[in-house]
Amino acid sequence: MAITITEAPVRRPVRDRHHRGVSRWVVLTLVTAGALVMLVPFAFMLLNAFKSPGDYSSSGPLSWPTEFYTTGLRTYWSTVDFPLKLWNSALIAGSVAVLGVVVSLLNAYALGIGRVRGRLWIVGVFLLANMLPQEALIYPLYYVAKEIGLYNTRLSVIIIFTVIQSAFGTYLLASVLGTFPRSLLEAAALDGAGKWTVLWRVVFPNLRPTLAVLLIFFFIWTWNEFLIPLVMLIDNQTQTIPVALASLQGDRLMDAPTTNAGALISLVPAILFFLIFQRTLARGITAGAEK
Amino acid sequence: MTVSTPAPPSRRRRPRGRDAAYWLYLLPGATLFVLVIGAPLVGTGYLSLTRWSGVGDPTFVGLDNYQRLLHDEVFWASFRNTVAMIVAMVVVPTLLGLLLASVLFDVIGRRFKPRTAAALRAAFYLPQVLPVVVAGIVWGWILRPDGAFNSLLDAVGLGALRHDWLGDPDTALPAVMAVMIWVQIGYPVVVFMAALQRVDPELYEAAEVDGANWLRRFRAITLPQIRPETFVVALTCTIAALKVFGPIFALTRGGPENATNVPSYFAYYTFFKKLQVGYGSAISTVLTMIIVVVAVVFIVVQARSERRDRGI
Repeated sequence: MAITITEAPVRRPVRDRHHRGVSRWVVLTLVTAGALVMLVPFAFMLLNAFKSPGDYSSSGPLSWPTEFYTTGLRTYWSTVDFPLKLWNSALIAGSVAVLGVVVSLLNAYALGIGRVRGRLWIVGVFLLANMLPQEALIYPLYYVAKEIGLYNTRLSVIIIFTVIQSAFGTYLLASVLGTFPRSLLEAAALDGAGKWTVLWRVVFPNLRPTLAVLLIFFFIWTWNEFLIPLVMLIDNQTQTIPVALASLQGDRLMDAPTTNAGALISLVPAILFFLIFQRTLARGITAGAEK
Repeated sequence: MTVSTPAPPSRRRRPRGRDAAYWLYLLPGATLFVLVIGAPLVGTGYLSLTRWSGVGDPTFVGLDNYQRLLHDEVFWASFRNTVAMIVAMVVVPTLLGLLLASVLFDVIGRRFKPRTAAALRAAFYLPQVLPVVVAGIVWGWILRPDGAFNSLLDAVGLGALRHDWLGDPDTALPAVMAVMIWVQIGYPVVVFMAALQRVDPELYEAAEVDGANWLRRFRAITLPQIRPETFVVALTCTIAALKVFGPIFALTRGGPENATNVPSYFAYYTFFKKLQVGYGSAISTVLTMIIVVVAVVFIVVQARSERRDRGI
């Protein structure tokens, strides 16, 4: 949809478009139209999340709701026990973010500052691990989790994602720490600081902005994960927000307004993170792309 | 596993003993890595050589599963669909993203308020922040026979085009591709816009003074300047396209008639619905090998082109 709208500026390059007032407005209109097309699904969802099933079946998905109907929202909220799902998602994503950053930092300290032997190979292994399809790990993980009693626990998902996320974190931080000013380290060493002290008193404070970005990334990535939680978390007590929505939808238990209401509540936390962390993330994406 | 990796000859003056203590810092991470990624990977590789339902002992069958894969129409269909996913998640978003980022940065950001460009960028990026499964579920409803898209067609007088978009094998794949473009487009837009910020504005101004139009500036300045970011975007999106699972699960479960099946969903289904663990492992192993090859090729090509640039 957006394709046809945005191709126009390239097809018809106007020589002095910037000197005339009109062409820039044409470009603005086309890009704005594209942006609106991007938002249409959200509009559909909002429109139908507050519609009663009767209203929906009689006047369809495009009509304005005849009343502000919140029963669908409340039904979804209580059917899936949404506060519990929110807590599960927050607990898993929060633990993974913190643990993942700590593990990444320790690994990267050894690789980037310690420059242990074979570090290029080790960083390469971490980088590749980050790209593996989760299907290549899932069955053994599922089987072993069942054997040792970790199946259907949030802990299993926390451990797995801590490792998966820290594979990326190690790769990123190792390259950042590779350029860490040696003079700072040497000054600390002259003061008699050990490796542990240097890590927390010198490296950590300097790295804090990068670690914050990594923390947010890990949190959001883990929040949005699907396959591993789907396989590992099978009941109401442990499931995360996306898994709860997908399993209800899979059971075909929900009418269209409830589906939209469920999707709407499930989106709210993600959109809140987006608004809160927007600037940090934009900076982080740059950092990630420039390496 | 990490300890035994061959080390490049160290030319540093540092005494060997100093290295050793740093290994302790790698110990927790490496142990976890071996337990959660290394061992399961090897396990899947082994299981791909067996027949197993998940209970009892696996039966070793050699390369039988791989032979079966070669003759499995579903397997080939799933890889054909992966090509479609690469088009929808890499090719189109990267090209469109270059164009949009360039227009947002170069035209809208400079000829209007920067806030306008930032707001438009946010609109394109919004789908990227959602759990992709939630996006899939909303789109699944929009594209249903009684969903919002068909109502929209009715409303604009195109009711004759009403269709079961995801239910018809002929339209399911294009519909899924359209959704994936919607999901993916924000990522290149944001990365490329950030990349453009580090390009020296004087380059553009000089070109403009010389009378270069937008297209010339795009080709002569924008594209070469942000090539590193283009590589990163193309690589990460290609890997994501090869691994795509959540949207397929939410939209079509690989149906109708495998028209939208992809390797990762095919593997999941084989593992947990058909309980053919050996066969599922073979699918996963092949997918893993393809991803590793693609990643290595990308990285080698990028390193070469960087070296060539420096040579010139």
